[in-house]
Amino acid sequence: MAANIKNLSPDLFEPAEFDHTKEEISRKRLSYWQDVRRRFFSNTGAVIGLVLILVIGMMAIIGPGMNDYNYRQQDYNVQNISPFDRIVGDHWFGTDNLGRDLWTRTWYGAGISLLIALIAAGIDLTIGVAYGSISGYFGGRVDDWMQRIVEVLVGIPNLIVIILLLIWLEPGIFPIALAIALTGWVNMSRIVRAQMLQLKSQEYVLAARTLGAGTRRMLMKHLLPNVMGPVIITLMFTIPQAIFFEAFLGFIGLGLRPPEASLGVLINDGYKMLQVFPYQTFFPAVILSLLMFSFNLLGDGLRDALDPKLRQ
Amino acid sequence: MGRFILIRFMYMVITLWVIATVTFFLMHHLPGSPLANEERIPPELKEQILAQYGLDKPLPVQYLDYLGKLVQGDLGTSFKYDGRSVTEMIQQGFPASAQIGLQAMVFGVLLGVILGCISALRRGTLVDNGATVLSVLGYAIPSFTLAALFSYYVGVVWRVLPAAGWGTFAHSVLPSLALSFLVIAQITRYVRTEMLEVLGQDYMKTARAKGLERRVIIIRHALRNALIPAITIIGPLTVALMTGSLVVEKIFNIPGMGWMFVDSIITNDYTMIMGVTMFYSFLLILSIFIVDILYGVVDPRIRLTGAKE
Repeated sequence: MAANIKNLSPDLFEPAEFDHTKEEISRKRLSYWQDVRRRFFSNTGAVIGLVLILVIGMMAIIGPGMNDYNYRQQDYNVQNISPFDRIVGDHWFGTDNLGRDLWTRTWYGAGISLLIALIAAGIDLTIGVAYGSISGYFGGRVDDWMQRIVEVLVGIPNLIVIILLLIWLEPGIFPIALAIALTGWVNMSRIVRAQMLQLKSQEYVLAARTLGAGTRRMLMKHLLPNVMGPVIITLMFTIPQAIFFEAFLGFIGLGLRPPEASLGVLINDGYKMLQVFPYQTFFPAVILSLLMFSFNLLGDGLRDALDPKLRQ
Repeated sequence: MGRFILIRFMYMVITLWVIATVTFFLMHHLPGSPLANEERIPPELKEQILAQYGLDKPLPVQYLDYLGKLVQGDLGTSFKYDGRSVTEMIQQGFPASAQIGLQAMVFGVLLGVILGCISALRRGTLVDNGATVLSVLGYAIPSFTLAALFSYYVGVVWRVLPAAGWGTFAHSVLPSLALSFLVIAQITRYVRTEMLEVLGQDYMKTARAKGLERRVIIIRHALRNALIPAITIIGPLTVALMTGSLVVEKIFNIPGMGWMFVDSIITNDYTMIMGVTMFYSFLLILSIFIVDILYGVVDPRIRLTGAKE
C-alpha cells in the first residue's frame, strides 16, 4: 500500500475548481424576526385572527361615535326595538329595555372588555416575568422557596380567588383586571422560569459572565430577549382567557355596575330578555366569541411562527 | 411512589389550609354585618344572636373554631336561610351539578377521543379540518353563550327539549351538551396532537412490520399511548366544567351548587359563600391530586421528576 502511494506522480492530480457560487447562500438572509414575520403571514388562520382583532379593536374605538347616542343615554320612546323588524333612526343593533342604543353599548362594551383583558395581561406579564426570571436565574434556595409558593398557588382554583377578591373589592375596571391577573401570572412565571433554566447553562451566558456582565445586564440584555417568544405566546392565550373571565363575572353579577357596559354585562342584560328579544344577547355574544376565536387563532399562529419546533 | 404521593398530599393540605385562611379573613373584612338590620335589634338580642353564631369570641378563637369544624366537615349555618346548615344545602344541590358535570365529561371525552383519532389518522382531509374548526370554536364560544343559544333554539323555538328547569333526564340534556363543548374541543386537540406524535414513532413501524391488523395497531399501540398524556387535562377540565356549571345552571334554572353559589354571592350570605368555596376548592384540588397520582401510575417518567423536585 505504502509503495503504491510513492509511485503516484504529481501530474496525476489536478487542482479542484473552486467555485464561490456553490458555497454562496443565494436566498436572502433573514433575521429571526423577519423569519417569524414570514412564517406568521403565510398562516391564513393567524392572519384572519389578527385582522379580526384589529377590526374589532378599531370598532371599539370609533364605533360608539358613529351615531348620535352614548352608552348611557336612555330614551323611553324606543324601548326594545329589534334591528330585524324596523329600524328607528340609526339604532343599527336595536335598543335595550331602557331604550339605550345597543350599537353604541356593544362597541363601548367590547372596548371595556378589551381594556380589562389588556390590563390583566400587562399585570400578568410584569409579575410573571419578574418572578419567573428571578426564580430561574438565581436558582438554589431562592428558587426552591419561590417554587414552593407557586406550587401552592397553582393548586388554588382561579375561579375562587377571582370571586372572593371581587366580593371584597368594589367591582370596577381595575379591580376586575387585578382579580383576573392575580391568578394568571403563575402560569407566566413558570414558563419564564423553565426558559431561564434552559438558557442559563448555554455558552454565551458563560461568555458574557466571563466578560464581566452584571446581573442586571445579564437579565436585560442576554436572557430576557431570548425568553420573548414563549412570553408572547403565553400572553396571547392569557388575553382571551381574561376576556372570558370578565364576561363570566359580568354574567354572574360580579362585573361592572350599570350603566357601565362590557360584553359580559351586555350578555347578562340581554339574557334576561332572551326568550322575547334574542337579538339583545346575539350581538355581544357574537363579538365575544369572535374575539376569543381570533385571539386563539392569533396565539396558534404566533406559536408556530415564533417556535417552529413546537409546531403540532 | 409512596414519597411522590406523600409530597402531593402535603401540597394538597397546605393549599386547602391557605384557601381556608384567606377565605376566613377576607369574609371578616367585608363591609356590612351578617345581621340584616342591625341598628333596630335590641342590644341583648344582638348579643344572643352573635353568641349563637360564635361571633362574640375574639378573632383568633373564631378562626380556630372554624378550622376545627372544617376538619370535621361542618361548614356552618347559612346566614340567610334560618338555621339551615351549609353542608345540608350542599348535599341538596350537589347531585344535580354532579350529574350535569359527569354527563358532559363522559360525552365530551368519548366524542373528543373519537374525533381526535379520526382527524389524526385522516390528517389534512375534510374531516380533520372540520374537527380543527370545531375544536377552535369550542375554545372560543363561552359555555354561557352556547347554553343561551341551546335554550333559545332547541327549547323555545323548536320545542324539542325543555328550555329550563330540572327533574327528568330530558332536562339535563341541553345543559350537559352546552358544557361538553369545551371538553370536546380540548380532548380532540390533545388526542390529535398525541396521536400524530405516536404514529410517527418507530414502534408503529415495527407493529406494522409484524403484520398486525390496522385496527389492532391503532387501538392497542397508538391510542393507548396517546391517551396517557391526555389524562393530565382531565384535572384542568374539571375546573373548567365547574366554572361553566355556575353560569349554565343559572341559564337553565337548575337548583344545583353553581346556582346556589351565585345566589349566595348576590345575597351576601357569607357563611354560604365560605362553605361553597371550601367545598369547590376541596373537590377541585382532590381531582387534580387524583389526576396527578394517576399520571404517576401510568407514566413512570413523571413520577421520577416529581420525586426529585
